[in-house]
Amino acid sequence: MAVDYGTLKKGGFMRQKQKNHFSLRLRVVGGTVTAEQLAKIAEVAQRYGEGYVHLTSRQGVEIPFIKLEQIEEVKTALGEGGVVPGVCGPRVRTITACQGSAVCPSGCIDTYAIAQELDERYFGRELPHKFKFGVTGCQNNCLKAEENDVGIKGGIQVKWLPDSCIQCGVCVKACRSKAITLEDGKIEIDREKCNFCGRCTKACPAEAYEEKHGYIVSFGGTFGNDVHKGETVIPFIEDHDKLLAVCDAAIQFFGTYANAGERFKATIERVGKEKFEQVIKEAYDE
Amino acid sequence: MSEFVFDDQVDITDVVCPITFVKAKVALEELDDGQILAIRMNDGEPVQNVPRSIKEEGHQILKLEENGDGTYTLLVRKVEE
Repeated sequence: MAVDYGTLKKGGFMRQKQKNHFSLRLRVVGGTVTAEQLAKIAEVAQRYGEGYVHLTSRQGVEIPFIKLEQIEEVKTALGEGGVVPGVCGPRVRTITACQGSAVCPSGCIDTYAIAQELDERYFGRELPHKFKFGVTGCQNNCLKAEENDVGIKGGIQVKWLPDSCIQCGVCVKACRSKAITLEDGKIEIDREKCNFCGRCTKACPAEAYEEKHGYIVSFGGTFGNDVHKGETVIPFIEDHDKLLAVCDAAIQFFGTYANAGERFKATIERVGKEKFEQVIKEAYDE
Repeated sequence: MSEFVFDDQVDITDVVCPITFVKAKVALEELDDGQILAIRMNDGEPVQNVPRSIKEEGHQILKLEENGDGTYTLLVRKVEE
């Protein structure tokens, strides 16, 4: 009987070197796997695989050495523990995320909530080539946002509140971009230098900064055969709905203009950076 | 000279992260609630991070003073939990 490897790959079954064996990729969102899921994954790896899992470079979990004839049985077993297969091939891949503001003191945004939202919105969507989203909570960039086709990085836009300020000088030194100066009891922020890292307000002992939490979104990152750092079009997106509008526009641009097997970065370059930026700006302004 | 009167002082210029914060924290533990500690620290990574860590511990930062010799003095009022 002929084996439809394309369909299997789409369903997360990655063909191995070893004949009729597959490494099963699981659906993971934002790098979070529950204890219940882990227990089931362990059980399946033991029973149907070779007793181990592989952690992928993008927070995925794969169970290698699943046999062709046991694929359906494995899917059913995993389902009992709330585990579902992931995807591979030309579509929206695993949405990755760091722990973000829910857990990490440095986090500026709730990365996991965004990853879940993106997962529900886009995961598995058919496109001309693979398409990756990554969400990182702050400028420390633990999740390497710019490696992704669309990278989302949390940031904080600050406004100085003179009435609360005690002129202690802590923020001047906390800022790594040297964007803050304190002279004659007055704080000046150089907006050209500010990278929205939020270290000033996180260090401020007097709550003398008003915070606007938002997103720094980069497009066209790729870290495989070609290496290219994703680039931003809008410096800071302060609104959640605007973030989604911009993501929608990016994925739509890719779906419309990309040739089969062409990564987002190549599409942007071929169709024209100005045209792409125009599309993103329009989505943002709407 | 500092406009603040402090109760104790600690020099953390002789250690590196994360011992900088640990040394400051230990010194703060010796103080009573409301007392003021002067922490002398190096420019760069310590002055970028130690004030925030102390804030996150719940203490009150009063002032960061430049000493003119590449070091800074952070004045902190101890806040008991």
